[in-house]
Amino acid sequence: MEVGIVSYGAYLPRYRIAPQEIGRVWGTDGDAMSRNLLIFSKSVPSPDEDVITISIEAARNMMRRCDVDPCDIGAIYVGSESHPYAVKPTGTVVAEAIGASPNLTVADYEFACKAGTAGIQTCMGLVGSGMIEYGVAIGADTSQGAPGDALEYSASAGGAAYLIGSKNIVARIDRTCSFTTDTPDFWRREGQCYPSHGGRFTGEPAYFKHIMAASQSLMEKMSSKPADYAHAVFHQPNGKFPVRVAKQLGFSEKQIEAGLLTPFIGNTYSGAVPLGLASVLDIAKPGDRIFAVAYGSGAGSDAFDITVTNEILELRRDAAPTVKDLVEHKKFLDYATYAKFRGKIRMKGGAE
Amino acid sequence: MREVAIIGIGDTKFGELWDMSFRQLGIQAGLAAVADANLTSEEIDALYVGNMSAGKYIEQEHIGALIADYSGMARDHIPATRVEAAGASGGLAFRQGYIAVASGMHDIVVVGGAEKMTDVGDVLSGEIQATAADQQWETTFGATFPALHAMIARRHMFKYGTTREQLASVAVKNHKHGSLNPKAQFQKEIKLDAVIKAAPVAEPLGMFDCAPVSDGAAAVVLCPLERARKYTDTPVKVLGSGQASDTLALAHRKSITQFDATSIAARQAFKQAGIAASDVQIAEVHYNFTISEILAIEDLGFFPKGTGGKATQDGLTSLGAKLAVNTSGGLKARGDPMGATGIAQVVELVTQLRGEAGKRQVSGAERALAQNVGGTGATVVVNILGRVN
Amino acid sequence: MAVARFWRENEPRYNLTGAKCGNCGRLYFPPRTVCPVCHRKSIGKMGPFKLQGTGEVITFSVVHDAPSQFELQKPYVIAIIQMDEGIRVTGQVIDCDPAEVNIGMKVQAVIRRLGEEGASGIIYYGYKFMPLTPPAAPRPPE
Repeated sequence: MEVGIVSYGAYLPRYRIAPQEIGRVWGTDGDAMSRNLLIFSKSVPSPDEDVITISIEAARNMMRRCDVDPCDIGAIYVGSESHPYAVKPTGTVVAEAIGASPNLTVADYEFACKAGTAGIQTCMGLVGSGMIEYGVAIGADTSQGAPGDALEYSASAGGAAYLIGSKNIVARIDRTCSFTTDTPDFWRREGQCYPSHGGRFTGEPAYFKHIMAASQSLMEKMSSKPADYAHAVFHQPNGKFPVRVAKQLGFSEKQIEAGLLTPFIGNTYSGAVPLGLASVLDIAKPGDRIFAVAYGSGAGSDAFDITVTNEILELRRDAAPTVKDLVEHKKFLDYATYAKFRGKIRMKGGAE
Repeated sequence: MREVAIIGIGDTKFGELWDMSFRQLGIQAGLAAVADANLTSEEIDALYVGNMSAGKYIEQEHIGALIADYSGMARDHIPATRVEAAGASGGLAFRQGYIAVASGMHDIVVVGGAEKMTDVGDVLSGEIQATAADQQWETTFGATFPALHAMIARRHMFKYGTTREQLASVAVKNHKHGSLNPKAQFQKEIKLDAVIKAAPVAEPLGMFDCAPVSDGAAAVVLCPLERARKYTDTPVKVLGSGQASDTLALAHRKSITQFDATSIAARQAFKQAGIAASDVQIAEVHYNFTISEILAIEDLGFFPKGTGGKATQDGLTSLGAKLAVNTSGGLKARGDPMGATGIAQVVELVTQLRGEAGKRQVSGAERALAQNVGGTGATVVVNILGRVN
Repeated sequence: MAVARFWRENEPRYNLTGAKCGNCGRLYFPPRTVCPVCHRKSIGKMGPFKLQGTGEVITFSVVHDAPSQFELQKPYVIAIIQMDEGIRVTGQVIDCDPAEVNIGMKVQAVIRRLGEEGASGIIYYGYKFMPLTPPAAPRPPE
């Protein structure tokens, strides 16, 4: 059975902060930081936004583009490392808010930055086996970097939602494969506000090794080569890593251009590859082949070979904002306001 | 129905009364009213107490019994009833007391109103005030009580061309009145410019557009008119009373620039009194925000709809005009201890009708009207009083 | 514990689901059990009706003295929205500067956090409004 993307939707908070502004506060050279990370700004959620609201907005944008009855959705998986609750699912709120409740299965996923693509794989399995008609996979985060830490320059917020099914597929998922090991490059312990990381250990043995392996494995299985793809999307913790990994694999800068968002919005973690792929689908033409590889610390990579179908022309892509629209709808904050919005200022609880 | 008279009045100062508890306030006002009526407490048949939110302000419910007890009437076991309609609690308690006497059920009735607001902080106080609005569909979504009135003001400005200066002129006029009232919370005149430039609370309203947080209590004594001369030489007669309700949420009204409940309650009261709006010389209206007074003087029929701002600016509601509005200073200057406010309005009108209002006395006043509002106009009580000649 | 009190209203708060009177066809938000026009004739006939979520600002205020739940957002805009279906809803207008809000501005419902019961309590979600882009020109005064 052919399985693929039936619709998709994205969401980004409006606020941004520039690395120069963060550097100003912490006595770091923000310009140098910006150059090193290739990040010009990162998205910041409002105090009234979280993974639940971002997931719902992305899912509603997804539903606006198609005519699928929400009651036919059999599963919702929300992948994130910043679910608002440690216990109580994000997905149940999403299900109610898009009218998919109650006859479906829901679960929240966590696998650092690849929890969203893990949800896509799960939905593919459920749809492909005939267990459900449609499944929704969402990758969204409002990730935190500890004040002053290098991560603070990149950790941002956003998400995208995918409707996976076997009818009216706008982008067929030809194949997916993963590469997974126990590699402790980045983590957050239960109860901790901010994640920790292994510094340069997050590079070669983690990001690059896993993405390279999953990518090579996928191309081997598909007997394909980089030149076969119109677009490629790689996980993008900063602006540099995806460019470098693309080059190592033999992809051109042109191929990764449409899906490279981190320079403008920062690292949206679980939202990163889903948003990059959404950005590609916004402009994709029938027949375009897309190579997408997510990476989650801990560690693993999910690689996808996708072919855009003629159905993309039937999808109401203009019924919801494009990723480009969302990226450009922005307002910059100073660090103090950013700190207030992100709960970095210790407040007194309750009214008196 | 029997005719009913007010034979005694009493009140406390309004303001931040740090050394006074809720029960002390209630008792002080009640005893003053009883003394004013030359009564002995054995003569009292029933007690009504207007109170909005003692449960939230001082974590005490069961206010009727509390006041009866501490005013020394527990041993007499008189019926004591708390009446609640948010900001209209006092006016409504008065109406209940009036109905009880008019019906013949009771002869001597004490009606009090009290609120102790300063035992909680400003933010919580604002949140308690907002429980008068629709908690589930307004407050939860970020609508504060001043913001709801600010939305009325903005729409009034949009629809009728009411100006910021006209709104401010309400505060200027009432502060002037308040400066002549030794019981007022603020006895200081303010300038138009100061009102306009004050810190914004909920735009377009600023600090001087909003009534303060106040502690205070007020009380009156009612009895059948035919027995009034036994207690006082200057009884004041209740000429008419009206009460109406409307949707709890402002958004659900037909119009958000008028309080239909005011018009309807006024119509009932005027009809019963057999008079028209033009027969009234003094009005105490529910001026918790500057826009509220503009709405009130329009919806009561004193001025055509949309012209209340201009009328105020032109001095048509100031002391010395044909109609004097809020001679006490009103809620903003006199103070606004929620449950006490409606009773304090009656106390001011009786003081005026008796000719005992000193520097703010309206000479030759015969008929006076009190309009007391709960929430954003979901309850309105209008009571009309007159001199007995 | 107000958990159930809020949970009960999830559907109208998440999805702007009101009620339609089966007798006269009038719409209400929030849902009502009795139609204020048809009274007893409407009992048992008040069915759910989902608003599209678009409307226009008919009045608003910029709130500076904020309740504790909104402390981080002040100054914020609260407005009465005339929904395209003709009924009115009170909610925040977000994602724009207060100075950009006008009477007549077209808006669309989105979902946001409304509040929470402290750091360990339940989080409440519901509708707020953001400008429909591009913003419509302000309506001339009536």
